[in-house]
Amino acid sequence: MLDKSYYEKVDEIVAGYGDESRYLIPVIQDVQSEYRYLPPELLKYIAEKLHITEAKAYSVATFYENFSLEPKGKYIIKVCDGTACHVRKSTDVLNMIRDLLELKPGQNTTDDMMFTLETVSCLGACGLAPVLTVNDVVHPSMTPEKVTELIYELREEAQA
Amino acid sequence: MDYITIDGRCVPLEGEKNILMLIRKAGIDLPTFCYHSELSVYGACRMCMVEDEKGRIMASCSEQPRPGMVIRTNTKKLRKYRKLIVELLLASHCRDCTVCTRNGNCELQSIAFKVGIHNVRFKNTKELEPIDISSPSIVRDPNKCILCGDCVRTCSEIQAVGAIDFANRGAKAKVCPAFDRPLAETDCVGCGQCRVVCPTGALSVKTNVTDVWDAIADPDTRVVAQIAPAVRIAVGDKFGMPKGTNVMGKLVAALRMMGFDKVYDTNFGADLTVMEESKELAERLEKGENLPLFTSCCPGWVKFCETKYPEFAKNISTCRSPQGMFSSVVKEYYKEQDEADGMKTFVVSIMPCTAKKAEILRPDNFTDGRQDTDRVITTIEIIRMIRQAGIQFSELKNEAPDMPFGMASGAASIFGVTGGVSEAVLRHLMADKGFSAFEQIKFSGIRGTEGIKEASFDLNGREIKIAVVHGLANAGRVLEGIKAGELHYDFVEVMACRNGCIAGGGQPLPIGTRTKNGRIEGIYQVDRDSQMRVTDENPIIAQTYREIIAGNEHKLLHRAGIEE
Repeated sequence: MLDKSYYEKVDEIVAGYGDESRYLIPVIQDVQSEYRYLPPELLKYIAEKLHITEAKAYSVATFYENFSLEPKGKYIIKVCDGTACHVRKSTDVLNMIRDLLELKPGQNTTDDMMFTLETVSCLGACGLAPVLTVNDVVHPSMTPEKVTELIYELREEAQA
Repeated sequence: MDYITIDGRCVPLEGEKNILMLIRKAGIDLPTFCYHSELSVYGACRMCMVEDEKGRIMASCSEQPRPGMVIRTNTKKLRKYRKLIVELLLASHCRDCTVCTRNGNCELQSIAFKVGIHNVRFKNTKELEPIDISSPSIVRDPNKCILCGDCVRTCSEIQAVGAIDFANRGAKAKVCPAFDRPLAETDCVGCGQCRVVCPTGALSVKTNVTDVWDAIADPDTRVVAQIAPAVRIAVGDKFGMPKGTNVMGKLVAALRMMGFDKVYDTNFGADLTVMEESKELAERLEKGENLPLFTSCCPGWVKFCETKYPEFAKNISTCRSPQGMFSSVVKEYYKEQDEADGMKTFVVSIMPCTAKKAEILRPDNFTDGRQDTDRVITTIEIIRMIRQAGIQFSELKNEAPDMPFGMASGAASIFGVTGGVSEAVLRHLMADKGFSAFEQIKFSGIRGTEGIKEASFDLNGREIKIAVVHGLANAGRVLEGIKAGELHYDFVEVMACRNGCIAGGGQPLPIGTRTKNGRIEGIYQVDRDSQMRVTDENPIIAQTYREIIAGNEHKLLHRAGIEE
């Protein structure tokens, strides 16, 4: 069971839009930006508020890659694996990060909830390939060396 | 008159919403998985594709007819596409047809045969998913799902339950409850309408056939059967008889051949329900409390109301369903004899309904902690048992059910169709029990296939307003109306399944308009054939009240833990 504040937050977000089913996506977007993920416990509550079934809300939440029902780390790293980045060796960058973060196969978030690693199909910045973003800050022309340095910096920043 | 040309023939436009309706009107059986006239158009299966004179391909289910269109339904291109689509569906489908419950009665199987697939070139690379057997009513096997969405739309559009929906996307897409929970942990009411529309074995009836055979084989068990009103007019479907034929006589004979010790009639339980529910209605009218009174015969509806509209739970009749009343009375009847003979009475209830399987497990249907109905088997399961026993059903001579619980009124027999419960209760409550009074009830508007029917009656000087509702989405509409103060009734009959039990979740498939109409007519024929048109005339009812119930109405005929 989540803290009462989570439900109050939902009430507040829903009040901003209205209690109609068509506001499902903006509501869960706002909830996700609040908590960096969509707490599964909230889905039933949100669905009831918007007069839809939990199964329908789950359907929408799982359809879009952007929604995550699992908690995400403090730093969300999105590595572009679009065509341009791919041919400029984004895979090496990705593998380097996986090694640095000690992620097991299928695991995307570090145990200390510090980092979440995702791949995206194109960030629309092919000129900067291979590119990645950390919490929406763009880091261009990445190499395994540069990314090692970046992760090191982020760890230090987090501890500071 | 406007028309379109289909395969070289002119087909007049008469308000059809899509080309598929016109194709069917023209007598062409175009295969479809995802099209049902009662549901919204989904356009997913692409089987109904047609070609116009310019070679353009379109899905006929979601294309509006325009005057002058020229389309073909069976061109070389279409045959190729259709075949490929089905082949791809089969590629990710569990193909263990020989051990599937839908073997021989599967739309995927028959369409695959029809389009001429004798080999699937692709390997099934899908990971095997666990089968969900958590619900007492329905088994969900995701490995057999073809994602047509019929169940999803039925559950939300017709039943307003929405227990299942699509999840994920692309190759990972599937139909499941929220968070892929077991069905038993959802709001699923067990009505089985998803299974009625499922073209494959992805959703099927949870079967209890083995338990029943085991009970029959046990010499220390007295196996007693009760047969619901809507079963007798549906079993014949699968034995080559016209839709809606009443096969009660043959069914009784078949059950005796299988080894059932006693074969009774659930209609007797329905007569008890008429007595109790009428009494309850009269009491509530007098006190002006908890009105409207909602019927409690339908377990799908009872669960729907309890979970989605708990504020109306007190309006539901405290009566057990006919099945429940029957079983508690029968168990009481055999109690002493069982003790004397060292036997155990085992009540097998033969029902058109999957939700009944859940009803018998509800503690409020127990008598002093005793589960009164031991197993529920649906119409399709009793058909399976008849076949397993090798009985030539159509050749059987009619036999009458056993006494005393084999005798029932015509009023009880119409419980199997929407409006029937109300009609039976009215016949009982009306002071005038002449033929013409019954005709007036019949034509009051409570019969028919409309989703929400209204009628008002002068009940011995007082006007009472009645609503007859079928389909849970319609029930939801009525409840919302009552809540908003816009609708006012004294008595509301609700059946979860559209048209009532004749189209229940455990009935033989397919259930199209012709089948429904045949079954409705079959039910009313049973009533017309009855010498007793009203419960009051059933002599066994009075005798049962006197000798078996003997003042224990509350314990035996009502749900436990609910004050009257």
